[in-house]
Amino acid sequence: MVQINLPQNSKVEKGKFFKDKTGSKNIRKVNIYRWDPSTGENPRIDTYEVDMDNCPSKVLDLLNKIKNEIDPSIAYRRSCAHGVCGSCAMNMDGKNGLACTKPHSEIKGDINIYPLPHLKVLKDLIGDLSTLYKQYESVEPWLKTTSKTEKENIQSKGDRAKLDGLYECIMCACCSTSCPSYWWNGDKYLGPAVLLQAYRWIIDSRDEDRKERLKKVADELKLYRCHTIMNCTNACPKGLNPAKAIASIKKMLATS
Amino acid sequence: MKSYKIIDHEYDVVVLGAGGSGLRAAVGLSEAGLKTACVSKVFPTRSHTSAAQGGISAALGNMGEDDWRWHMYDTVKGADWLGDQDCIEYLCKEAPRAVLELEKYGVPFSRTEDGKIYQRPFGGMTKNYGNEPVQRTCAAADRTGHAILHTLYGQALKHKTEFFIEYFALDLLMKDGQCKGLIAWNLNDGTIHRFRSHITIIATGGYGKVYYSATSAHTCTGDGNAMVLRAGLPLQDMEFVQFHPTGIYGHGTLISEGVRGEGGYLVNSKGERFMERYAPKAKDLASRDVVSRSIAVEINEGRGVGNEKDHVHLHLNHLDPKVIEERLPGISESSRLFANVDVTKEPIPVVPTVHYNMGGIPTNYKAEVLTLNGSEKTVPGLMAIGEAACVSVHGANRLGSNSLIDLVVFGRAAAKRAAELVKPGTPHEEISQSETDKCLERFDKLRNASGTNNTADLRMAMQKTMQSKCAVFRTEKTLKEGVNEIRKPFEGMDDLSVKDKSLIFNTDLVETLEFDNLIRQAITTMDSAYHRKESRGAHAREDFPKRNDEKFMQHTLSWCDGKKTKIDYRPVHRSTLSNDVQYFPPQERVY
Repeated sequence: MVQINLPQNSKVEKGKFFKDKTGSKNIRKVNIYRWDPSTGENPRIDTYEVDMDNCPSKVLDLLNKIKNEIDPSIAYRRSCAHGVCGSCAMNMDGKNGLACTKPHSEIKGDINIYPLPHLKVLKDLIGDLSTLYKQYESVEPWLKTTSKTEKENIQSKGDRAKLDGLYECIMCACCSTSCPSYWWNGDKYLGPAVLLQAYRWIIDSRDEDRKERLKKVADELKLYRCHTIMNCTNACPKGLNPAKAIASIKKMLATS
Repeated sequence: MKSYKIIDHEYDVVVLGAGGSGLRAAVGLSEAGLKTACVSKVFPTRSHTSAAQGGISAALGNMGEDDWRWHMYDTVKGADWLGDQDCIEYLCKEAPRAVLELEKYGVPFSRTEDGKIYQRPFGGMTKNYGNEPVQRTCAAADRTGHAILHTLYGQALKHKTEFFIEYFALDLLMKDGQCKGLIAWNLNDGTIHRFRSHITIIATGGYGKVYYSATSAHTCTGDGNAMVLRAGLPLQDMEFVQFHPTGIYGHGTLISEGVRGEGGYLVNSKGERFMERYAPKAKDLASRDVVSRSIAVEINEGRGVGNEKDHVHLHLNHLDPKVIEERLPGISESSRLFANVDVTKEPIPVVPTVHYNMGGIPTNYKAEVLTLNGSEKTVPGLMAIGEAACVSVHGANRLGSNSLIDLVVFGRAAAKRAAELVKPGTPHEEISQSETDKCLERFDKLRNASGTNNTADLRMAMQKTMQSKCAVFRTEKTLKEGVNEIRKPFEGMDDLSVKDKSLIFNTDLVETLEFDNLIRQAITTMDSAYHRKESRGAHAREDFPKRNDEKFMQHTLSWCDGKKTKIDYRPVHRSTLSNDVQYFPPQERVY
């Protein structure tokens, strides 16, 4: 009989319960994934009862309220609070998004908050994005040109418009961590976030390295692990379409 | 402090902070062949430069005639003559080159019909020394900061800058008045790192989070400023806090001045375009302090909108939806998300919101940190750039789009100066263990604090005091109350509680260290404001409504030891850097 063991620390246990102390009639239960690497304990789900009468509209506000008023030990990344820095990406109600732009009123029943899926967890809601950052570096995200002019490169409005929908990416990783192909082959497949960025430089009319860039990305694992599942496009909190960018790269390769 | 594992590093230069200025400096340093480390508490693209919207100023003249001297005049006037004109000359003269460099790095600027960088009108930016508006602000739609930050990070990768990401800096290492590096805490694994460097460049941004309502990110806590205070050095012009006229009411999210640049305007409850009364010529494009005060007066006199009559409306629904889509897509998104407003149909509810710190670490135009010791002296080994620095190019009030240009011009200047001062690979001096011990004692004491006051509660008390006592309009009475009240949250730290005692991503402790940094800056801000008995730029005293050049055309310097401050002054530089331009003597400031 084969015995299958789960990896260490993979079993999530029932955690602490923080009962409401305000006496509010408008309470919601918030379940949060907790894991502290320094304790050696398994991860757990802590449950917080939160007074919703005094809580602003977004999931980040809810987390801040819990951290400020109930349990300061809870760890998550956050910064700008308006959807431009990409720090507070997490999984809320089973869907990836930015806590600072996601209204908690859109979530029915208990509010479940987890780290982004399939990342190594560093603590609580903080995932390890170092692999994704290395992959980003690998697409050489800088302009390559031989022009020595003192003036700016000229770019037509039409050519500049080709960068719309690409340069806005905030690298929150909501897309890549929602992609089953990236879950299974995240060390080799570049994933939607990085491929979107690769395409941003491939399609920039000022760049002179298009051929080389295409060649570098034309790889069974790096690119073609995309099976057009489209989770990435569904997950993007900025309304971008990484699946389309990947399809465009594939098309350029097929026609070049 | 033997219980902490310390890892030592040696670099020619260490840059603290990876926003626009820190990254620009890091790129220049790496290019110059200096062994450079860039230390940041957040991943570089999470830095607050990403939130800058409207653009970056430079007299490129792509949209009609322009001249860097006109830009200089506008900046001097915007600063209400508190800026150092040698530094402002340097900023405006170098600006076009710095922007063209960004374009070559790959910044996706919006374009004109003939494919050049698009430039839009912005507050206080004029033609021919104060005449009609000029289009000087280079834009990448309304996401210019984001576009610049991501591009600069790419350049830093290209130049193989060594990053230390999610490291929280604790203190500077000082020896005989010189800076020898810094100590930081690695949040990823809990280790302590000691960086020895010939030059340390502080690029840690502003400290907007001393206020309750600010466009600033949660991480804008001015950590570098506080490290400078703890090193016994002064901060400069801390009383000058910019309120941006248009933060979204109730949430504080920034709505770019670019909205008014593209033709948007403000109205009160009577439907009146009130800016015409306060700034007949520039109207909605007067400088930010003027527009914010005008809104405050409208609200105070009962002409605000909404149930509480406590905000005003910003209209852009008269603009062509195509223009909004092409040039202002980001603020359309923010307005929908945070004000539930469709900007093509309804006005945005806005209110003046804390946005920028003109004050900070005093430097010269080469980014070298200054202190006062009889006269102006540089601090060897220490530089500051970006919002953390007070060069001072923004004086008493910064013009919109002069911040992004400040980041890249002085980021570049710091790298150039460091390359002059340091020979790559120069050996490092020994520094005594006592500096490290002092730093870790504070760290350990805060980590093990087991009193009753939560950091969040102390922070809230500080923010509410700043918000009510050191606001758009100030008086002797409010400031005096503020000077007393702001010390209470500091005293509250004697009985502090930190629940999480771990070392890996202990955000409870991070926020406590950030609060310890914020409160020192809150105290210096309040005390500096109390002592400046005049009105100038963003510092508006109801009891001293006039500018007093005779007494106060000086930079405030404030030292802070615990809750005690020392206030002194240093004269504003009254000369230019070269003969390319004449000194602009003080004038009455009308828009």
